[in-house]
Amino acid sequence: MTAARIAGPAKNNQPAKTKPGDGSREDGIVQNGGPRQRLGRRAARARRVLTSSAASTIAICVGVLWSVPTFGLLVTSFRGSVQDIRTTGWWEALKPSNWGGFSLDHYGTVLSGTGTANLADYFVNSIVMTLPAVVIPIFLALLAAYAFAWIPFRGSNILFVGIFALQVVPIQVAMVPLLTQYVNLGLNSSFWVLWLSHAMFGLPLAIFLLHNFMKEIPRSLVEAARVDGAGHVTTFFRIILPLMVPAIASFAIFQFLWVWNDLLVALAFGGNTPDLAPITARLSDMAGSLGSRWHLLAAGAFVSTIVPMGVFLALQRYFVRGLLAGSVKG
Amino acid sequence: MKRSLGRVVVAAGMGLVLAGAVAACGTDDKEAGGGGDSATTADCSAYEQYGDLSGKSVTVYTTFVDTEGASYEESFKPFAACTGLTVKYEGSKSLTADVLGRIEAGAVADIVAFPQPGLLQQAVATGKVLPVPAAVAQNVDQYWTASWRNYGSVGGTLYAAPLGASVKSLVWYSPSAFTQYGYEVPQTWDDLLTLTADIAADGQAKPWCAGIADGDATGWVATDWVEDMVLRSAGPQAYDQWVNHEIRFNDPKIVDSLKEMSKILRNDSYVNAGIGDIVSIAATPWTDAGTPILDGQCFLHRQASFYGGNFAAENADVGENGDIWAFYLPSSDPSSKPILGAGDFVAAFADRPEVVAFQTFLSSPEWANEKAKVTDGGWTTANNGLVKSNLKSAVDQLAYGLLADPSAEFRFDGSDLMPAVVGSDAFWKQMTAYFAEVKPEQDVADAIEAAWPKD
Repeated sequence: MTAARIAGPAKNNQPAKTKPGDGSREDGIVQNGGPRQRLGRRAARARRVLTSSAASTIAICVGVLWSVPTFGLLVTSFRGSVQDIRTTGWWEALKPSNWGGFSLDHYGTVLSGTGTANLADYFVNSIVMTLPAVVIPIFLALLAAYAFAWIPFRGSNILFVGIFALQVVPIQVAMVPLLTQYVNLGLNSSFWVLWLSHAMFGLPLAIFLLHNFMKEIPRSLVEAARVDGAGHVTTFFRIILPLMVPAIASFAIFQFLWVWNDLLVALAFGGNTPDLAPITARLSDMAGSLGSRWHLLAAGAFVSTIVPMGVFLALQRYFVRGLLAGSVKG
Repeated sequence: MKRSLGRVVVAAGMGLVLAGAVAACGTDDKEAGGGGDSATTADCSAYEQYGDLSGKSVTVYTTFVDTEGASYEESFKPFAACTGLTVKYEGSKSLTADVLGRIEAGAVADIVAFPQPGLLQQAVATGKVLPVPAAVAQNVDQYWTASWRNYGSVGGTLYAAPLGASVKSLVWYSPSAFTQYGYEVPQTWDDLLTLTADIAADGQAKPWCAGIADGDATGWVATDWVEDMVLRSAGPQAYDQWVNHEIRFNDPKIVDSLKEMSKILRNDSYVNAGIGDIVSIAATPWTDAGTPILDGQCFLHRQASFYGGNFAAENADVGENGDIWAFYLPSSDPSSKPILGAGDFVAAFADRPEVVAFQTFLSSPEWANEKAKVTDGGWTTANNGLVKSNLKSAVDQLAYGLLADPSAEFRFDGSDLMPAVVGSDAFWKQMTAYFAEVKPEQDVADAIEAAWPKD
């Protein structure tokens, strides 16, 4: 079954992939034929190796090992008695004699909140923070990537390397100067600081990723559009954008998960107030100032995971395709 | 392409539905759990001196979050209701890490509660902290001892009034277990060693349990132990010299204190009850280390007054005749009573009239009593204007009694006063090695001395 699932999408992709190739056959049938055959052989060999029963066994073992801690956390989140969690392992709860110990108490406490905090406020904050923080860098990075890929200008290579080099600047270094600027601009204590910060920190990778993907679009396609009289704007919206959907979706998942799970940027720029702080901040506070309510953390973690999980499952298809798209093409 | 866009829309829709569902649950609970505003009906005569502050607002930044933070917000309510002031409260456990950056960026709150005098000194060094207004200085002189005033001062100028306090020289035990086996609360350090030997000889369980693990702050619990031992074995005077580096960290007095501590914590038949051997102390989370007392696996655990909250979370009966209680960690000479403790200090970064008024309120007995009334446990103060019976938890009353005891000599947690490279780095790490590698006392002291900044 695993084998069928791995092979399935690859087969389906075959006809779709030859389509752009058909268009370019007039100008380069010889150049295209060689690499493609070699690629086909390589793909076949990879498929043979990866779908062998030994490989499947290893994959299943790794998968199980990988999921065990998460599963343990899930079981723990349903254990009602604090004493039990403290003194025995989570697997004890799975024994039929202990099934009576399961309860939804911790979830109840997490959702209803402790102290004055209301989880819903933080949940809304997380959504308000995350959506623009994903959309802004994608929008800007698409424009930048288009310029780098299809508009030749002096110094574009140096500029591109410079942008990617920004990747190595640690966030921590930028924090105090950036916060100073926000205070000067009067943006402090608003969602703008979070949107802008996440956009800035996400842009280098976004531009790099989208640029590389955009470069893969056959030049002939763009040139044909130009011959037909399309300007940059038309080319961008009618030709490039539809082809970019997998790449955009895969970066969107990256950025979404990073922003949703972020605690550092949110606390450093926004502060830990119910007006701005995301759900991760609430989660880290839930255990109390001195960690005396640590037993709530397991349930809290699962509540905060629901949204990223939903997003990931819904966009997973693009994610895999988007990642492969950058790497496999010769 | 249309189909895939549809998918995206569906995904986004799913997210919104989920969010809506959670939002709905949350709102219901908020309505059910409300009703905390009744405190605001108290009479306003005590607050008339602060005048009318309606339309003004003050921002406050502390390390207290969740229910602890909520009790602070609750304690501000009568003042806010009577004066019309809006108090914007922010609590964050990362205060110690980010407050200096916020000061530098100009994004700091009007009033900040510093949990360590060392951090306050660093903040004062930026030049942004304002010395306390006259009314606050007057309150500090009236309601706190000179040593507390001293910990809030830098270079002789008072920059911050004390706020809360905790007592660290406590040993938790189970009164019911003590009665059962006929043990008595020791009055001197030697009594404590005898009691320890007796419990070990009786063989019910090992006497002591301990744990110093706390993520990237692992080791601080052990530094408290050392400080308590230095206070007892070398004396408060040597303690002050040690903290200010007037004697070296590897001075024989300090090494002897470490050896005194090893008599308990490095004796395999005394530790680590209900958990493991000596080495297990390094890996046991401090939050879990005392709870074996409740299971009868352990008899004694040295930890601060705020640990009462952890026992309360286990639904234990905390009280003099209950399952769990604490006694003062005795000194070798019953006539001297050194107390190790900690506390927070409130400094202001603005001098608007409403900030001054609120700062004065925080240093007044009115606030201390208000805070005591709305806190379930785990908080006390050294403000002698506090009425003891207002503290709800018996442990807090015990801690307040010790702080208010005129014969007691209070000393602030030394690792919070030492330079950060020692107090929250080398000291922590070497004490972790003291357990994890059973490193000799002299080597531990030498290594910490080597880390002390040269000046």
